[in-house]
Amino acid sequence: MRAPYIVFRKGERTEMKGRLHSIETFGAVDGPGIRTVFFMQGCPARCLYCHNPDSWKCDGGRETDLEEILYRAERGRPYYGDKGGVTFSGGEPLMQGQFLIEAMTALKERGIQSALDISGTYVDEYTRDALAACDLVLLDIKHPDPERFEIITGCKQDTLFEVIDMMNELEKPCWIRHVVVPDINDTEEDIEALNQFISKIRNIQKVELLAYHTMAVNKYGKLGIVYRLKGVPPMDKGRLDELKKLVRVPEK
Amino acid sequence: MRKEWEGFVPGRWTEQIDVEEFINLNYHPYDGDDSFLAGPTERTKECYARVQELLVEERKAGGTLKVDASRIMRVNAFGPGYIVPGKDVIVGLQTDEPLKRGICPFGGIKMVREEVAEYGEKLPEEIDRMFDYITTHNDGVFKAYSKEMKQVRHLGYITGLPDAYGRGRIIGDYRRAALYGIDYLIAEKQKDHEMIASRHVMNEENIRTAEEVFNQIKSLKEIKKMAEAYGYDISGPAKDVKEAIQWTYFAYLAGIKEENGAAMSMGRTSTFIDIYAERDLANGVYTEEEIQEFVDDFILKQRVARHLRTNEYNELFGGDPMWITEGIGGVGLDGRHKVTKNSYRVLQTLYNLGPAPEPNLTVLWSKDLPEPFKKFCAQVSIDTDSIQYENDDKMRPSYGEDYSIACCVSAIQMGQQMQFFGARCNLAKILLLGLNGGIDERTGEHVGPQMEPVGDGPIDYEDAWKRFNIYLEWLCELYVNIMNIIHFMHDKYDFEAAQMAFLNSEVKRLMAFGVAGFSVAADSLSAIKYAKVYPIRDENGVIVDYRTEGDFPKYGNDDDRVDEIAVAISERTIEELRKHPTYRNSVHTLSVLTITSNVMYGKKTGNTPDGRRAGTPFAPGANPMHERDSHGAVASLNSVSKIDWNTCQDGVSNTFSITPEALGKERGERIETMVGLLNGYFDRGAHHLNVNVLNRSLLEDAYENPEKYPSLTVRVSGYAVRFNALSKNHQKEVIARTFHQSK
Repeated sequence: MRAPYIVFRKGERTEMKGRLHSIETFGAVDGPGIRTVFFMQGCPARCLYCHNPDSWKCDGGRETDLEEILYRAERGRPYYGDKGGVTFSGGEPLMQGQFLIEAMTALKERGIQSALDISGTYVDEYTRDALAACDLVLLDIKHPDPERFEIITGCKQDTLFEVIDMMNELEKPCWIRHVVVPDINDTEEDIEALNQFISKIRNIQKVELLAYHTMAVNKYGKLGIVYRLKGVPPMDKGRLDELKKLVRVPEK
Repeated sequence: MRKEWEGFVPGRWTEQIDVEEFINLNYHPYDGDDSFLAGPTERTKECYARVQELLVEERKAGGTLKVDASRIMRVNAFGPGYIVPGKDVIVGLQTDEPLKRGICPFGGIKMVREEVAEYGEKLPEEIDRMFDYITTHNDGVFKAYSKEMKQVRHLGYITGLPDAYGRGRIIGDYRRAALYGIDYLIAEKQKDHEMIASRHVMNEENIRTAEEVFNQIKSLKEIKKMAEAYGYDISGPAKDVKEAIQWTYFAYLAGIKEENGAAMSMGRTSTFIDIYAERDLANGVYTEEEIQEFVDDFILKQRVARHLRTNEYNELFGGDPMWITEGIGGVGLDGRHKVTKNSYRVLQTLYNLGPAPEPNLTVLWSKDLPEPFKKFCAQVSIDTDSIQYENDDKMRPSYGEDYSIACCVSAIQMGQQMQFFGARCNLAKILLLGLNGGIDERTGEHVGPQMEPVGDGPIDYEDAWKRFNIYLEWLCELYVNIMNIIHFMHDKYDFEAAQMAFLNSEVKRLMAFGVAGFSVAADSLSAIKYAKVYPIRDENGVIVDYRTEGDFPKYGNDDDRVDEIAVAISERTIEELRKHPTYRNSVHTLSVLTITSNVMYGKKTGNTPDGRRAGTPFAPGANPMHERDSHGAVASLNSVSKIDWNTCQDGVSNTFSITPEALGKERGERIETMVGLLNGYFDRGAHHLNVNVLNRSLLEDAYENPEKYPSLTVRVSGYAVRFNALSKNHQKEVIARTFHQSK
């Protein structure tokens, strides 16, 4: 059973706090158009190639509140055009479902669209309402195969299915994202497995294959965390373009 | 009506000089896309290849290919010159060979002697000796300067004063030559002269103006002679698009033959020329390919224009710029946009002739520009890094619909206004001077009003702000007076008759002041206000450094706490400047623009309370300090957009570098994002944006291997340069700037 939540209304102040890793006021690669991206702090997954390892700990980052979110979102408004808006990324933003529900509801009242950039590694009593409150889900499917999913993320795949079920019930528009890493998931078979996997998702607008890159390696050194993909080269762009041709976006 | 005007809608413009009305009655706004454009012809490719060869030779020669000191640059000092003899379709060079530079000594013979010596040439004795009897602009200025004026100049409180060479920033309305022909312009000037010279009160202003107009008439006659040497009779109006381009170019060329002004803009010619192009296309006179070829050659001529400079000058204004600025697009007062096919053709030259810094192509952006044009501009920016944008919606209410851009970012009404420009005052140094109570932090010299320095700290913000204002007040008075002297002497000893001949005889004048160290001053005051700043003194008690405890908001993150300080600095500066009367009743304006002098200003400034180390370059123009804008591009742009253009009507320059990946994953997406970025920024009321779409690693590679990147062009601050033409110090500063990238 999920707990009831309080809807934030105009003029009503909330004391609720969120935890924030960082803000990118100009995001053009996390959802459609130009977006204000809030990277939320805290993540249950420990993905091998995570490029924000400093967003893992739930007590890291800094505190934020609705006022800050709304202020930053408003400051970006002239840049959004028809397509842009706000993206909550992370970390895993659904770990702060209650805060996001408030934030996205308040943004919607102001006519600003929200996207949720999630990994399907976390579900709680707020997840469904958070998914309902957003306009678009960016669902990062780490791997279609349960065992390899666990190797990459350190999490079971069960929550991913729960999230997909909720999205399907809500008929939520979504973009599928999938990071392609050399020797881990860069074969034709891997892409075919992805095609099979996403064929059960109902409202896919776009599938993005993203190239694994090594730009975050230095962050690991600074944080004293071992980088487990050491020696794996960045994904070849040409090869990725070939794989992109194999992707099938399922019919609605 | 004259035969050459057949097919044009007549109006007031047929009875008096009124190019603006001619354009409005006759231009055709173009809403389509770029699909009509033509590529380069074989002839264009041949001429372009020749220019490329010459550019390689020029770089190998250390930046200057050839110097001819045998004669003084005048309109007819040199006979005709060509890029490829027999192949030029638009003709005319400054000297008799491309990239060959001549001498312009009337701004200052001293500088010419230095220039010539640096290139191993010798000034002919008869020229050298002439200046025993001739006073130059430079001589005049230094006869009038006070000791204190010289002191603030050499200590670096005011830098870049045009007191040793041509002042530039004048834009003749060269279109007049094409529309009316030179004879009509001469007749009009003769009428003006008679009117002014027969006034009842012959005061200083009238006497001076009468003499100036007389000199303009002389210049117009010389320009006709110059055209004759190239086989053209330009006494009457141009009869087709080729002639319209040629006449306009001749008029411009005379100006850059005679004057080595720091910035020599072209104006706003593209939509004017389109009227002729449309008429010729309709009458089958020329094809699209032919018209593009004329435009390509016109642009190629502008790319080989050069002035002889000293090394010292190049350290201040890097990259050998001419600032041949051309304004493209914009919207008219009747609401119709001014984008024409020729607006596209001019941008197309960046494909036909490759990317290049000159001419300084400036898109006058409005929310009402047609969508296909916005996309085309964004595409050109992404592909070439060669264009800049200015907010037409912001400038039009003050400057009307027919203004152009002087130098980098400064609006001037075509034909009706001129600008007295000069230098920047160093805001960061003014703050340091205030904290030190009138002792220069680098030399220990006493300068300005003397007072007790600040105590041991933490420095009180109210006290620091008060001190900053005391010294700002003192320096602004000095600054206005220095500018008055410079422009008085320039008018007197180095009057730009060939350029002024294409302006109204009695022009309105702007006096454009500037500031540097803008973000450093704002961040330093923010540090004092929001962190704890303790002065560190040397053995003589002079504050030479600061210890800053705690964090503070930094300009460039859309944080009002510090952005309000930045806004207040700009407002206080123009208020102080306006208190002091100007030469010839010119209107005070202010710019936040540094060109590449941010490197030199930084060199002359000690440690600052924001943590910047002594000698480190400032951020250019109104840019946030390097890498301090950490919340992404929109926050950075939003901070700059708060600087009100009405306070800084000479321009608020922002140079922006972003990686292609950060704009989106595919080309179409990137173009759309760029359009969205420009729409948002200018909707916020911002004034100017230089756009670079590139990776830092590319510049680092170009720094190490210049020969691999012969035509790599980057926007620096209100203009573009070939990266290779910058000094290593300037290159390093450009590399150190913030590159907005995807997280």
